[in-house]
Amino acid sequence: MKVQVCVLPKAGVLDPQGKAIAGALHRLGHAAVHDVRAGKIFRIDVDAETPEAAKVAAAKMAETLLSNPVIEDFEVEVLS
Amino acid sequence: MKPRVVVVVFPGSNCDRDAAHAAELVMGAETRLLWHGETSLGDPDLVVLPGGFSYGDYLRCGAMARFSPVMQSVRAFAERGGAVLGICNGFQVLCEAGLLPGALVQNGGLRFVCGDVHLRVESERTPFTRRIPAGTRLRMPIAHGDGNWVADPETLARLEASGQIVFRYVDESGSRTPEANPNGSLDDVAGICNEAGNVLGLMPHPERAVEALLGSEDGAEVFRSFAASRA
Repeated sequence: MKVQVCVLPKAGVLDPQGKAIAGALHRLGHAAVHDVRAGKIFRIDVDAETPEAAKVAAAKMAETLLSNPVIEDFEVEVLS
Repeated sequence: MKPRVVVVVFPGSNCDRDAAHAAELVMGAETRLLWHGETSLGDPDLVVLPGGFSYGDYLRCGAMARFSPVMQSVRAFAERGGAVLGICNGFQVLCEAGLLPGALVQNGGLRFVCGDVHLRVESERTPFTRRIPAGTRLRMPIAHGDGNWVADPETLARLEASGQIVFRYVDESGSRTPEANPNGSLDDVAGICNEAGNVLGLMPHPERAVEALLGSEDGAEVFRSFAASRA
């Protein structure tokens, strides 16, 4: 089963990379851009009986390794 | 008796020998480099997590090293009150492991920064600064891309109130200015300790400032203070 974990800086946590990307987008003429948050996506192929079980397993991975709960939030999505 | 110092070597550590050298030179320590796959620390007086790029800084700086076999022993050692010093990448590892609060994110200016900075000793709560009067200014090098310490406002207030903020970036005259902060670190924090004071993490490199030949001997104060505190 394929699951996707998306990790993003928490609201309020400084994201220098996102800020720099927003600045570059402005310079390219995308004046309508207000804010960019840069994060990471992990696509994980995992053996699981049900989509729900895959999601639980991925959330556990996200909590312990893929994200740092001090500075990041994550979302899990089952792809297939 | 000579202090016994264990320096942990992760794949990608590159300041391990410098740390051992500094401990030997300044404290006359008996040092041992310990590969991260080992689990037995022996009976050291101090464990150093050195600078470098453990696991190539993959995922987040220090995130992978946290799961190295040796870290379970380091955690147990710290929880028993053992002295642990995390320098640069070692500081990142300690935050990732939850042995120190907050986290280290990318420098505000996005660039890797290296050069000498000035630090002000803010607290004598740890053995590493117990013999350095608060307010003392020390000059030592930094070299990092992710040294921007962040924490929520409650954590910062708690650390401030309990004297756990150990070093702050200042200018040459000892004043806090935006220009003196090299990485955007919250409240100019350069180093913090845990509640008990036995675990210290800092981004600057005291081990690279222990000989006049290296440009500064101020880093030696940190090791000297530790040696004097245990005597």
